[in-house]
Amino acid sequence: MEFGPHLMLAMLEGLVQASVLTLTALGLSLVFGVMRVVNVAHGEFFMLGAVLAWWVTTMLGGNPAIGFVVALVVAPLLVGLMAAAADWLVLRRVEYDPERTIVATIGLLYIIQQVTLMTYGPDAHPVTPPFNTRLALPWYEFTDQGFQVYWPWGLSITSYKLFVIAAAIVTCLGLWLLMARSKIGLILRATQLDSETAQAFGIPVERVFALVFGMGAALAALGAVLVVPIQQAHYLMGGDPLLLSFIVVIIGGLGSFRGTVVAAVLIGMSDGVISVFFTPTLAKMLATLLVAMVLVYRPQGLFGAKPA
Amino acid sequence: MAKKTFPTRRKILTGMAAVGAASALPDVTRFAHAGSHSAPIKIGFQVHRTGIGAAYGRWYERTTMAATKVINDAGGINGRPVEIVAEDDGTDPKRGAEVLEKFANQHGCDIAYGTLFSHVVIGSAPRAAELKMPYFVVSEGHHVASGMLNRYTLQPGITDVKSQVQAMAPFVASNLGKKVTMIFPDFAFGHNHRDFFSAAIEAQGGEVVAKLAIPPTETSFTKYFPQIPRETEVIYHVMVGPSVLTFVKEMGEFFGPSAPQIFGFIDSLEAVDFATPGLEFLEGTHFWEGMPRYAQADQTDYDKFYRAQVGVDNNGASLDDPKDISTYSHMFACWETLYVIKQGMEAAGYTGPQDRTKLIEAVEAITDMPESNEHPQGAKLFNGKTHQVFGPQHISKVEGGKLVVQHTTSLEDGFYPDEVDYTTQSF
Repeated sequence: MEFGPHLMLAMLEGLVQASVLTLTALGLSLVFGVMRVVNVAHGEFFMLGAVLAWWVTTMLGGNPAIGFVVALVVAPLLVGLMAAAADWLVLRRVEYDPERTIVATIGLLYIIQQVTLMTYGPDAHPVTPPFNTRLALPWYEFTDQGFQVYWPWGLSITSYKLFVIAAAIVTCLGLWLLMARSKIGLILRATQLDSETAQAFGIPVERVFALVFGMGAALAALGAVLVVPIQQAHYLMGGDPLLLSFIVVIIGGLGSFRGTVVAAVLIGMSDGVISVFFTPTLAKMLATLLVAMVLVYRPQGLFGAKPA
Repeated sequence: MAKKTFPTRRKILTGMAAVGAASALPDVTRFAHAGSHSAPIKIGFQVHRTGIGAAYGRWYERTTMAATKVINDAGGINGRPVEIVAEDDGTDPKRGAEVLEKFANQHGCDIAYGTLFSHVVIGSAPRAAELKMPYFVVSEGHHVASGMLNRYTLQPGITDVKSQVQAMAPFVASNLGKKVTMIFPDFAFGHNHRDFFSAAIEAQGGEVVAKLAIPPTETSFTKYFPQIPRETEVIYHVMVGPSVLTFVKEMGEFFGPSAPQIFGFIDSLEAVDFATPGLEFLEGTHFWEGMPRYAQADQTDYDKFYRAQVGVDNNGASLDDPKDISTYSHMFACWETLYVIKQGMEAAGYTGPQDRTKLIEAVEAITDMPESNEHPQGAKLFNGKTHQVFGPQHISKVEGGKLVVQHTTSLEDGFYPDEVDYTTQSF
C-alpha cells in the first residue's frame, strides 16, 4: 500500500485504540485525582467489563445488538458496584494510606484475576458486534488530469470501529459535563481540592470516595465493553490497559481531565503509527522515554497543576 | 496455680493418633515392597491449563486421559498401570522448568511428557537433561531436530514445522500461486515457518514477497496488513494464542471482496468454530491440518476409534458441547506419544528410573509406526538420530463451513538431511 493510505489506516486504527485508552485512563486519573489512590487493579476492572459483556450477551442470546446494549449498561454498573464495595471493604479500612492502598489494590488485582480464571476459564471468548459493515475509504492523487479520488486496496474501516470512536467522544463529553456543570461534579472537585475542608462543609467524603472508585472502574469497564467485539474477552487482558493508562496519566498529569484525554490520544495514535512503520517495541520505548522526560522536566505532567 | 498432673484431652487424642499411625505403618511398607512390580508408572504431564496455550491444554489433557484409560484397560505398560501426574505450566517457560523439578523431586515421576508451546519446551529441556529425566514433548518446533536441545528430549508424536512446510510448499506453488506474503508470530515457532517455508517455496520456483512478523502479545492486526504487497498471490498465515480469531476476522475485513488466495496453518483457527460471525470469507480458502478436524468421506476405522475415545464428534467438537471445538489438528500427538512411550518401555523392559537411559535408547531404535489405533493420524517414520518423527500432512479447503481434505502429503515430501545425531551424545 502507498504511504498516504497506509498512514491513514494506521491512524484510524490508532484512533480506535486511543478511544478505548482514553476511557480507561480517565477512570484511573479520576480515582487518583480525587482519592490520591494509585489503583493497580484498574486493568482487572477493564478485564471484568469485557468478561461480563461476554457473559451478558451469552446469557441473553438472540439478536447481538440487544445483548450488546444490555452489556453496555449492565457490565459497567456491576463493575462499578463491585469496585465501590472493594473501596468500602478494603481501601477505607487502610485509611487510603498511599503505600497500603497500593498493596491492597495489588491484592485486588490477583483476587479478581484468579476468580475470573476459576469461573470464566482461561480461554478467550468473542462477543458478536451489534453491527459491523466494512466501509471502503477513498484517497486522492494528482495525475495529468488533475486531482482525482480513488479507492485504494485495503483502505477501510468498519462501522463498529467508527461507533467506538464516537461512543468514546460522547462519554468524554458527558463526563466533562458531569464534572464541570453538575452538583456531583462540584462535590467531586471540592473533595479533590481539599477533602478535609469538604468534609467540614458536610460532604460525605467516604461515600464520595466509594462513588469515585466505582466510577473509575465503570469507565474502564465501559472501554472494555466497547472493545470486546473487536478483540475478545480473556482473563489476562488487563495488563496492557493498566500499563498504558499509567503512561497516559503520568504524561497528561495525574488527575487532569484535559491532560488525560490529550495524552491518551497521543499515546494511542503514536503506538498505532510507530508500531506499523517501525516496530511495536520502539513505540513502547518512546512512550516510556516520554514518561521519563515528563517525570524529570515536568513532574506534574503536561497539564497537571503544580503542587502549591 | 496448681500444676496439672493429668494429661489433657488433646494430648490423649494426639497420643492415640500417633499409636494408630504407627500400627498402620507396617501395612504401608509391606504394600510398597510387595507392590514394586505393580506400582503405577508415573508420567509427569506438563499441561497448558492457563496462560495463552489454555485452549490446547484443555484438549491435550482430555486426549492424554483418554489414551491412558485405553492403555490401562488393556493391561497398562509392562503389567503396571499408568498414572498421569498433571501440573499446569501456565504456558510459561520458567514455570515449565519448575514443573519438571516437581515431577522429579516431589512426585517421583518416571518420565516427563507433554506441552506444546515452543518457548516452554525450549525453557524446560535443559532442566530435563540436568534431572536426567526423559522428556517427551508434543510440540511442533524444529528445536528438537535442529540439535538445539539434548538427548533426553524426544518428539515422537508430531512432525516438526520444517518438515510440514516443506511437504506443503509444492501444493501452494502449483495450485495457489508463487508470490507469497507470510504472516507469522514473532518468536521461535513463527521464525521456523518464516525460514523453512521461504526456502521451500524458493525451491519450487516461488518467492516470498513480504514477511510480516507480529508480536505474540498483539491484540489488533489491521494496522499490519497494509504491508502486504499488492502483487501478492497467496497469503500464508499462521498465528497462535487467544487472539487468533481476532486476527483472522480482521484479515477478512481488510481484504473485503478482493482477497488473494489464502493458505492458513490451522493454528490460526485451532479451537475456533468456523461458524463464528466474521469468518465467512474463509469459504474457499485452504488450511493445513495435521489431522482432519471434520470426519472425511474416507474416514479410517482408526480415526473413528480415536474420535470416540477422546469424545469428539464428526465436526471436531466435544460430544458434550458442540461449541467446544477441539484442537484436533495437534492433539493426536498426545495419544501417539503415549503409545511410543509404551512401546519404548516395553522394548527396554523398563522397571524404574534406573532404566531411563535404556528407555531413550529403545525409543531411538524405533523406526516405522504403522497406521493403527495407536497411530490414528497415519503411518509415521521416527528418526532416532534427530529424535523427530515424520508423518503425513493434509491440505484442506473450506467448503460449506467445513474443512474438506484436498491433498495428503507423503512422508518423503517432508524429509530433510539430519542436522544432529543425538545418539552420539553421552547421557
